[in-house]
Formats: sequence, C-alpha cells, structure tokens
Amino acid sequence: MKSAVIVFPGSNCDRDLAVAIRDVTGVAPVMVWHRETALPEGIDLIGVPGGFSYGDYLRSGAMAARSPIMRAVADAAGRGARVLGVCNGFQVLTEAGLLPGALMRNAGISFVCRDVALTVANTDSAFTRLYDAGETITVPVAHHDGNYTADPETLDRLEGEGRVAFRYAGAVNGSARDIAGVLNEAGNVLGLMPHPERMIEAAHGRSDGRRLFEGLVESVAA
Amino acid sequence: MKARVYVTLKNGVLDPQGKAIHHALEGLGFGGVADVRAGKMIELDLADSITDADLDAMCRALLANTVIENYRIERGA
Repeated sequence: MKSAVIVFPGSNCDRDLAVAIRDVTGVAPVMVWHRETALPEGIDLIGVPGGFSYGDYLRSGAMAARSPIMRAVADAAGRGARVLGVCNGFQVLTEAGLLPGALMRNAGISFVCRDVALTVANTDSAFTRLYDAGETITVPVAHHDGNYTADPETLDRLEGEGRVAFRYAGAVNGSARDIAGVLNEAGNVLGLMPHPERMIEAAHGRSDGRRLFEGLVESVAA
Repeated sequence: MKARVYVTLKNGVLDPQGKAIHHALEGLGFGGVADVRAGKMIELDLADSITDADLDAMCRALLANTVIENYRIERGA
C-alpha cells in the first residue's frame, strides 16, 4: 500500500500518523510538504494529520485547506484514493469542501484532552470494515474545535446514507447528534476528531485504533 | 481604499465564546445583557481596481465559512 502524509506548518501529529501507517502497512508513508502541487503516483492512502496548522488562524484548518497540495488531495480523492483526516485533518477536509459541515469551538469552551468511548456507526467503509456494528471502542481526543455542526437536512442525509462513521458514546464537545467522524458520499474520505493513530499498540494502553488502519490495508488489497 | 469584512455566526448556530463572554459580564455585575454573539472584523487595504464582486469572492473563498458564518462588507473611501 502506497501512502502519504501531508505536512502543514503547525501540524504536530504528522509523525504519529506516519508511525501508525508504517507499523500497520509495513511501509513508511511519503511525507509531503503543503507547498507541493503533486502527490507521488499511484497513492492509495493520504493522511491529513492533526495539529494546529497555521496556529488555527482565521478558523481551524482554514488556511491549510487552501494550500497548493489540497488540490492534488481532492483530485486523488476523486479518483478513489482513501483520505483520512484526523482532528485538525478533519477540520481541513471540511474547510476544503471534501466533507460536509464544520467544526466549531467545543460547546463547553474547554480544550478536551482525554480518552473517549466511541460507538462504531458504520462498518461498511474501507476505514471501519474490521469493527463490529455498534461496537464501543476507546480512542483519545485532544481538541478545542471539535463541535461538529451542519444544517438539519445535511445531518439527516449523513445519517440516512450511513455516513456517520463514529459517534461519541457520551458528551464530549457538543457535536450535533454526537457525531465524531463522517464519510464522504463515495465512502473513501473519512474525517474524525479522535486520534486512532494514538491507540494502535500495547504501549498506548489499548489498540482500538489499529483496526482502522488494518481495514484500509485490506480494502486496498481487495 | 479600505474595506472591512464583518464575519458573524449564523442565527441558530451555538456561539460558546459569546456565551462565555456573557457569563463573564454577569460575573462582573453587569446586568441587562440578554445575549452576546462574538464575531470578527477583517480590515483589507485594497487597490482601487478591486470590485465588489472581487471582495465577495474573497469572502466566499476564505474569509467566511458559509456553512456556519454570515459576512457583511463595508467599503470605505
């Protein structure tokens, strides 16, 4: 599996994501600077990492979403490459219009940094195929702007089309309908606020995030 | 020529920052504040050739996220 991780100024989870991808796929991803205009040929998976790109100036993810490389990411997504946006990466994907909705300041104002329980709401996608429907997993969150918002029609459509991938099992940040992660229409782009790449081996305490990456490997091989 | 762009959250979108400011005002003893909404103002110094349509395009492309925000443009002399 050929993968890439995009690096923005201010990203601080790009290496976490790269290590997780390397450990699970056996091949280190290519790290691609945001000023680049092209991705390596034949890329299967693009990771848009967490962190605080551009210091969250203007809106979280707003500046990064307009980086030159994001055109190449959108093109690759259009051709079916898997795109995984974690935390700030999720914010970047919504700002870039690759996913619907927006991520606003947490309803409780506070930065939330802890392990949270997630319910797996979709088990059909490349990202979620190795989880059981309704399964509860534990993955850490660390964000200030994770409050998922969209108009009621969009939320209904996301739920009706099975595009809510993960929900918070308890209150975390005020997200509409407890949405923690959503898929695009084709199911090859996932954005989520929790960090699956920080829960992939015994040293992390749990490995609940590992199956997300294993599922990606399986789906690319299939 | 200067222009100011005011970006505000759409009606009905929860504004946690506005709420926190409201609570802080109440904590300071200021009564009679029914609600607080926080937004931002962006000041642009523009060439004379920039049209209203150009400014509007800037707002839609970057300055405001129209999923959650409204914007209002005020052009100066």
